[in-house]
Amino acid sequence: MLHATIPHSHGGAAAAAEHDAHPGAGAADGHAAGGHAGFRGGQVDHRANGFDPHLILRDFDEGTTSRLPDGRTLREWTIAAAEQEIEVAPGVKFAAWSYNGRIPGPTLRATEGERLRIRFVNGGRHPHTIHFHGIHPSAADGVAALGAGEIPPGGETVYEFDAAPYGLHLYHCHVRPLAEHIAKGLYGTFIIDPKDPREQADEMVMVMNGFDTNFDRANEIYAANTIGFAYSDTPIRVKRDELVRLYLVNVLEYDLINSFHLHGNFFDYIPTGTSKQRSELTDTVMLCQGQRGILEMRFPYTGRYMFHAHQSEFTELGWMGFFEVTN
Amino acid sequence: MEAGQVTADDARDANRGLPAWALGLVPLLLVVAAIGAFSALGGPGLGERRGPPVEALAVERTTLVPGAIELTVRNDGPDPVAVAQVAVNDAFTAFRGAGEPIGRLGSETLVIAQPWIEGEAYEVSLLTSTGATITHAIDAAVLTPAADLGFFGLMALLGIYVGVIPIALGMLWLPWIRRIPPAWLRALMALTVGLLGFLAIDATLEGVELAGEGSQAFGGVALVFLGAAVAYLVLTGVSSWLSQRRRASAAAGASGSSLAMLIAVGIGLHNLGEGLAIGTAYTTGALALGAFLVVGFALHNTTEGLAIVAPIASSRPSLGRLAALGVIAGAPAVLGAWIGAAAFNTSVAAFLFGAGAGAIVQVIVQLAPSLRAADERGLQPRVVGGLLAGLALMFATGLLVSV
Repeated sequence: MLHATIPHSHGGAAAAAEHDAHPGAGAADGHAAGGHAGFRGGQVDHRANGFDPHLILRDFDEGTTSRLPDGRTLREWTIAAAEQEIEVAPGVKFAAWSYNGRIPGPTLRATEGERLRIRFVNGGRHPHTIHFHGIHPSAADGVAALGAGEIPPGGETVYEFDAAPYGLHLYHCHVRPLAEHIAKGLYGTFIIDPKDPREQADEMVMVMNGFDTNFDRANEIYAANTIGFAYSDTPIRVKRDELVRLYLVNVLEYDLINSFHLHGNFFDYIPTGTSKQRSELTDTVMLCQGQRGILEMRFPYTGRYMFHAHQSEFTELGWMGFFEVTN
Repeated sequence: MEAGQVTADDARDANRGLPAWALGLVPLLLVVAAIGAFSALGGPGLGERRGPPVEALAVERTTLVPGAIELTVRNDGPDPVAVAQVAVNDAFTAFRGAGEPIGRLGSETLVIAQPWIEGEAYEVSLLTSTGATITHAIDAAVLTPAADLGFFGLMALLGIYVGVIPIALGMLWLPWIRRIPPAWLRALMALTVGLLGFLAIDATLEGVELAGEGSQAFGGVALVFLGAAVAYLVLTGVSSWLSQRRRASAAAGASGSSLAMLIAVGIGLHNLGEGLAIGTAYTTGALALGAFLVVGFALHNTTEGLAIVAPIASSRPSLGRLAALGVIAGAPAVLGAWIGAAAFNTSVAAFLFGAGAGAIVQVIVQLAPSLRAADERGLQPRVVGGLLAGLALMFATGLLVSV
């Protein structure tokens, strides 16, 4: 099955309705959004983009499963690369490359020990691959000259490997020029759950990224899940005292580091998600490109809590948002 | 050879019936018809331009008011430009204006919310619909003075200080000039030419520098040379008209007087540019208003007064006429300061600087014959010395003022 028909419907209707109705949405009249940095012209056209960061947030793609002769689970996805123009900020168009019509690409979710089979179709005009982080044979690494190597336009291949180790990983195109192939949008989150599952939680994914719209190898716009200020124009709603688990991935190109800072609360931090024990209780983490980690938190008070990169520049160029904690 | 001859004769015969104006009109009509046919056919053979749109905005005016930066921009590129977002010092900020794309040569004012701090530098980045960025640097933020009566009074005072008073003082050399022998007077005229030559170069360079910074839509640097050509030709026309009129009324001996007038006009145009520079520098906070500046300009411009009176050493102009010459040469500094402070436009300023240079060159051409006595050949050492002294004087006093 091709997952190109985005947006997905997982709880989408409710989120969209809440989204449209929000009174604080947009700085269309030219006033800053409640004193914070923001875009003029309210929000981008998510429908025309084909994806909405609010839907991407809690959208996990578990693919289709079947049973192998040896009793193991075979989990399969089809991912297609395409070229698509997206609105990265109100009124600003960017010629992007995407996996399955969205940036970041689908959040692939499996359980450790499963057999994974990813069919990759290159619908773009340049060669592409999918390079997965994880443990796998070199032929499935998705880089030039190994296995199927670069997949030419119109070509396709299958990457097959076992899901290991459990944790939070990512995938991205690995064709030179690498920075360009990544910065144009070819990346996504890859979660391998432990066999013994984690505690039930309100789970969400944030891929920290940016866009170099004028091709000077520096980003003009920063965001989590592509659209800057999307979560400050419309905060992410969470319940008081409920466990929130945030899968945080940094793919930001051109800048050396990125970071995540939470206001009014602390979180357990599990680097790369390869443990069930926190390594730190903190409110700020720093990640280089490709680094990722799981953040677990509970909000003891209701109200709005900001989160953003603790590089103030990134914050005011789009990478900020709010949690709205309700009873 | 012979065949060509026959054809030309035939053509001449065929055209004999038409009036001259109709013949002049024929190519024009053909051009109109060709353009009409070309556009009616949708420009056959020419496709759309390849590649992305070319976006260019020139910032023509920067105004800082409490809590906001206002930029007046002009589209001097070939394609419309839509300003989608604005960032100041790497932070997106709210702004008003330019809600619609700005067309070619169109102008818009953006009011950008920014709690700026006096004396600090800011970079305004305009993010267009294609993702291109157009940046504008503010070297040192300073409140733009409100254009009220007190402000215009201050600018007028400044113009009088640097333009009118020094020139009037310089003209007081007239009684002294009258008593020096003709050979020394020629050296003095050479000094004047040296002074003017320096001013012409200075005005041209200033104009070229300004034109390079501003909008290129109206010609950029070409405007400086256009301005120079226009001023030169107009003054040439005026001076030959004056001399014809003089011949007609048989009032000989007034040539020095009209020369003085031409010099006054040329210097006036130059001082208009100087005033513009002062007014602009003041509003952008780049000018330290102080005694030093006024003293520097006074010394610099006093020499201009000398240049005006040198040609009229032998005549006896009335006090009123002398005052008029001084005002024509000096008062434009006041006007320039007003324009520079209230409605500065780099294209206009570049044109005016060019006009100043052209006017001065015209004056130099007029003065040139007086550097040599009728029986002399080539330039006498005294005259060459005068020319060099003029250049040196302007150079040295110019070091005292930098705007």
